[in-house]
Amino acid sequence: MTAATEVDRLVATHGSEPPALMDIARDIQAAEGCVSPERQRQIAERLDMRIAEVRAFVGFYSFLTEEPQGSIVIRLCDDVVDRMKGFDRVRDAFEEALGVSVGETTPDGAITLTTTPCIGLSDQAPAALIGDVPVPFLSSDRARDIVSSLRVHADPTRLVTRMGDGKNRHPLVRSMVRNNLERPGTFIFGPEYRGEAIRKALSMTPFEVIRTIKTARLRGRGGAGFPTGMKWEFTRVARGARKFIVCNADEGEPGTFKDRVILTELPDRVIAGMTVAGYALGAREGLFYLRGEYAYLRPYLEDVLERRRADGLLGRDILGKRGFDFDVEIRMGAGSYLCGEETALLNSCEGRPGDARDRPPFPAESGYLGFPTSVNNVETLCCVAKILEHGAATFAELGLQQSTGTKVLSVSGDCTRPGIYEVPFGTTLEAVLEMSGGEGAGAVLVGGPSGTWVNPEGFGRRIAFEDLATGGAIVVFGPDRDLLVALEGYADFFAEESCGYCTPCRVGTQLIQRYLQRFREGRADQGDLDGLLRVARTLKTTSRCGLGQTAGNPVLTTLQSFSQVLEAGLPAVGTRRAAFDLEASVAGARALRGGDHV
Amino acid sequence: MSDRVTFMLDGHRIEAYRSQTIMDAAIEAGVYIPRLCHVPGLDPWGSCRVCTVKVNGRPCAACIQPAMDGATVENDTDELNAWRRELVEMLFVGGNHFCMSCEKSGNCELQAMAYRLGVTAPTHPYLAPERDVDASHPDIMLDHNRCILCARCVRTSRDLDGKQVFGFVYRGAERRIAVDPGVRLKDSEADVTDRALDACPVGALLRKRQGFQVPVGGRAYDHEPIGATDGEAEGAPDGASDGESLEPAASAGREAS
Ligand SMILES: Cc1cc2nc3c(=O)[nH]c(=O)nc-3n(C[C@H](O)[C@H](O)[C@H](O)COP(=O)(O)O)c2cc1C
Ligand code: SF4
Ligand code: SF4
Ligand code: FES
Ligand code: FES
Repeated sequence: MTAATEVDRLVATHGSEPPALMDIARDIQAAEGCVSPERQRQIAERLDMRIAEVRAFVGFYSFLTEEPQGSIVIRLCDDVVDRMKGFDRVRDAFEEALGVSVGETTPDGAITLTTTPCIGLSDQAPAALIGDVPVPFLSSDRARDIVSSLRVHADPTRLVTRMGDGKNRHPLVRSMVRNNLERPGTFIFGPEYRGEAIRKALSMTPFEVIRTIKTARLRGRGGAGFPTGMKWEFTRVARGARKFIVCNADEGEPGTFKDRVILTELPDRVIAGMTVAGYALGAREGLFYLRGEYAYLRPYLEDVLERRRADGLLGRDILGKRGFDFDVEIRMGAGSYLCGEETALLNSCEGRPGDARDRPPFPAESGYLGFPTSVNNVETLCCVAKILEHGAATFAELGLQQSTGTKVLSVSGDCTRPGIYEVPFGTTLEAVLEMSGGEGAGAVLVGGPSGTWVNPEGFGRRIAFEDLATGGAIVVFGPDRDLLVALEGYADFFAEESCGYCTPCRVGTQLIQRYLQRFREGRADQGDLDGLLRVARTLKTTSRCGLGQTAGNPVLTTLQSFSQVLEAGLPAVGTRRAAFDLEASVAGARALRGGDHV
Repeated sequence: MSDRVTFMLDGHRIEAYRSQTIMDAAIEAGVYIPRLCHVPGLDPWGSCRVCTVKVNGRPCAACIQPAMDGATVENDTDELNAWRRELVEMLFVGGNHFCMSCEKSGNCELQAMAYRLGVTAPTHPYLAPERDVDASHPDIMLDHNRCILCARCVRTSRDLDGKQVFGFVYRGAERRIAVDPGVRLKDSEADVTDRALDACPVGALLRKRQGFQVPVGGRAYDHEPIGATDGEAEGAPDGASDGESLEPAASAGREAS
């Protein structure tokens, strides 16, 4: 009966309501290498859920498995950037040293080798997660060393040989990760004034705080760029017995790692932003959704919260303000890009699979557990704190009319100084390439695979909501890179991360894989190009959520800027190449769309 | 604030209750918007996307989207029907549908939708996924090859049968119908009298030993296209997939389970 008592113990620690499911399942996975059907049954009973509901949960997240995994799981990041930086060699070395292939476990049950999408270390690729430990700068030698070490001590934390920079050396982080703050701006990364943002907020009414954010014209940094003040106002006026502030630290867009750096260097600033939001919106509860890949930061962040409670910056009567109570709880993800989408994130927090919800209703009206909720990106909340500290005018002076302030960029790929760059909005891509040593690039992917491919003619374009919108990812491709390979990598990513709820995304992402494969193999013809375009556009037009709506972007924006990439995939011999007419295909698909907003 | 709203659907004035979906308002007015996952009487689900319409120029699923006062909604246009053809094609190539040997042929809503929209041979590659057939139950068969993941069985079992036999598991291409509490139908509460079995629009969920009871030629869509009699029943005469007759049973609410 020891088994059942283990679940009882976890229920006592984490709670007996469905929102506790993530923590319970993660703990069982860590301890036992899987969440077995028997465990699912026990959990379902304790949380008063259906077994099928628990199974659906376990089956959704890639860090949770029904089948046993090794005591240590090595997850190699197989993102496009890692593939450019030597992923194949590293994978081969691991396979050889372990004597198993990707997807398998060593016969002694000790180590499982698998792959995972971007883990937020694109500027130090190839990278892997070993257990919860991020391991950057892999090589085949390093891979062999790692395997021998693990064979001796079986403890991933002991792989940390040389610590990274900045707060990665903090005793509660102790990580090899580097922040690579190549260009910390004076705004987000400016000096810290502990408690100042909250003090300023408390000297105003909640509506004045919202007005301040509106005056600053702050727009969300998570990708969509929705005006934060407006979102806050909707949430403020929505009726609900409770309200929630959620910090979105799921950072899953391949090539993005700026939130990791902000969380490592400026966690207090982010929590201050959440607290200001709590005051402005009349919310007493905050949820901090941390992606599973960043679990190594959890003890550090818990400590930040604890110290803020001790300093009266969280908890009851914050800074002596009677009746202003606000606290923050960390919630974990478990390997799902879609969970960065705000409604999927809320489902995940509620103990459900992370597929998206229909909107309306919007989270501002009905979010976590049906209560009005404002979901904000890590960097957005940082901006909030700084706007309160320095005033809306200082912020709005930076950047452009529709894109005020600065943007923190994550630059990676073929450049000599990959890392973090905080630049005012309106900075040209050219300038970013110059700063980061990416001059001479053949192509740049702005905003990750759901964003835009830009060719050299477009390097004069600007980072701004009115031009090249980005959640922060800038991936540089040298002039000799085969973009078709990159396209295939991103197609695999979307197919892997689709929740499969709706037809276009479930089937369309797989069809894009098939078509691109034909192009790579030189088997494609005009009909394939036409089919590929129709699928990409169907995804964009008919998908249920943002994942499917953007999953066709790599193909569509490539065709706009790099039509030769797919043409080159067609057989070179005159006959069929002659039959290939890109313009006609694009025009045909445009007619199908009945418009042209790609 | 009036609780009625009015919108234009392909030039027709349609009245709706505030918060009523475009789909439900259209059905009430006798206007057909193509649909596969939606069934009046069940909560909307929004997975097939075949009901995609344009509201003031913006595409959205009619079965999910609340009617907005003064909105202009496009439905039966060449452009939208072209999108729908793509979606129906995706449902075909995304599963394994061999209509010639399927006992649902002629009563199948997917097949009928393909005919209605003029989908003949798929233009996209077949994905030919490997899927199972669950024949463990004495009276019921679940063929994952033909499942279009519309959740009609899930919702009917939950809301009309007062059970929760079906759910989903896994994501993306792997997503499939799951059975509570275990893996196989025989371990579940599923019963041959469940209305959930009638809810399946395709040949994925079938009563055993009833195949071909109605001969080909006498089946629901043998003479009339799907949606031809909309506003009334469009389901199959033998009761199979008689979507429109699914009224919420008073006693079998979600609370009941
Ligand atoms: C597939 C998908 C993934 C997303 N991932 C993230 C993410 O990792 N982090 C994030 O802040 N926003 C992400 N978003 C955007 C969120 O839905 C939401 O707009 C954002 O968190 C709102 O915060 P903001 O207004 O401060 O940007 C994602 C959206 C989609 C469609
Ligand atoms: S678009 Fe994709 S990820 Fe979004 S709901 Fe549809 S299947 Fe799921
Ligand atoms: S079994 Fe039938 S009703 Fe259930 S989801 Fe599949 S196609 Fe829909
Ligand atoms: S960590 Fe590998 S690309 Fe981001
Ligand atoms: S009927 Fe609306 S999405 Fe299926």
